[in-house]
Amino acid sequence: MCLGVPGRVVRIEDGVAIVDFWGVQREVRLDVVDEPVAPGDYILNHVGFAIRRIPEGEIGETLSLYETLLAAASQEDLMAADVRGEIAAAGNGAGDGS
Amino acid sequence: MIAPGAGVRQLKFRDPETGRKLVESLKRVTAEIGRFPVSVMHVCGSHEQAIARFGLRANFPKGLDVIMGPGCPVCITDIPEVDEGVALAKQGVHIATYGDMVKVPGTVRSLADAQAEGAKVHVVYSAAQAVELARRLAPEEVVFFATGFETTAVATAAVVLAGPPPNFSVLSAHKYIPPVMEIVAEMPETRVEGFLAAGHAATITGWGIFEAFVERHGIPVVVAGFEPLDILAGLVRLVELVRDRKAEVVNTYPRCVTREGNLAAQKKLWRVFRPVGGRWRGIAHVPNGNLRLTDAWSRLDARRRFQIDVASLWDYAPSTLAQSCICGDIMAGIASPSDCRLFGKECVPDTPVGACMVSSEGTCKIWHLYGGQPSFEALA
Repeated sequence: MCLGVPGRVVRIEDGVAIVDFWGVQREVRLDVVDEPVAPGDYILNHVGFAIRRIPEGEIGETLSLYETLLAAASQEDLMAADVRGEIAAAGNGAGDGS
Repeated sequence: MIAPGAGVRQLKFRDPETGRKLVESLKRVTAEIGRFPVSVMHVCGSHEQAIARFGLRANFPKGLDVIMGPGCPVCITDIPEVDEGVALAKQGVHIATYGDMVKVPGTVRSLADAQAEGAKVHVVYSAAQAVELARRLAPEEVVFFATGFETTAVATAAVVLAGPPPNFSVLSAHKYIPPVMEIVAEMPETRVEGFLAAGHAATITGWGIFEAFVERHGIPVVVAGFEPLDILAGLVRLVELVRDRKAEVVNTYPRCVTREGNLAAQKKLWRVFRPVGGRWRGIAHVPNGNLRLTDAWSRLDARRRFQIDVASLWDYAPSTLAQSCICGDIMAGIASPSDCRLFGKECVPDTPVGACMVSSEGTCKIWHLYGGQPSFEALA
């Protein structure tokens, strides 16, 4: 759960970023992010909040771990499950918490 | 969208040749220390997951003990805190909490047990979802049973500051990592000679927070990321510092961690929470280790809003199996899961006895799931 998951900001509406996680778009709140965020930036999402804007030169290195996890992992893999949980933690706009 | 494979092109963090060189360096530097075992501790479930998943432990030198400390927030949530959540659920309020908390045993019951008996327990992935739930269920009371370290507490602080509905409150079991490092450093049984600090908690606090610790205890701290090669490189640096008797903080994860950390997040965290002393399950009383709502937010504090009747839960004796559980020693770094006579027998992920087998960040669940010691080839 302390892994977080990176995604790309598609657009920003009322202080909430619509973020793309490998094709899945979710809402991520910007209340506690360290720097101003604009569409095209990558952020690190933790339990539905952006906790860091990922500097441009570091995006590829940051993404590679997650791609391995999501591509190769079985349903049982704990790290991949945490990553999926982090994506689920971002809002889906319908307010469905379950 | 993120193009699939966009990150895989950058393979320098998973290059087997680099991995082999780092393993060689780790063996050489450990040997140069000239005594064994050399014991270092990490305090992060995600580090243990990566160590297990990528088969790193099988490649650590024999003389190097890499111990997982109290890095699983669900596991160190104390039994009386679980009891508070269960008691509130039994009193009829809605409890919203992170999934791993549901199965964690309290004195006699878990939230899952309470749910089976009719209590209203909801799994959420985020504090914001707990607030949404409160909006949907208003005017019924919804208590967010909030667990996790400072990285997760920041999210709870943000929803508190954003003005939740009046039927929403927080039962905080949030914990703060830096103080427990002080406690573990002083335990005579653990003999920790260096700490590998978790990258993402330090994303919030910054690595500067470890400087005072290093000065007080004379123990080096290395901040490391989660890629297998990040972890190996962090360990090499840490063992070098142990060899050279240099107590300092080194940040090997600059792509995520700065000296001052995320100041905006820290500001929100300390507007909502204050550190107070309290027990961590199996570890000790940790001064300043628990995060509680400040007086300014007492109206959102479930402990002040409700009379929580914990004693009513104690009409059954705790299970005798639970008394044999050694989760506490495992989290303090004194014992390994393989030292526990319940591990993999009476205690398995489907029917956990101790919290370390419940959480995906618990040492026992990680060891049980990944089993054995997978080969280093998994790196490639």
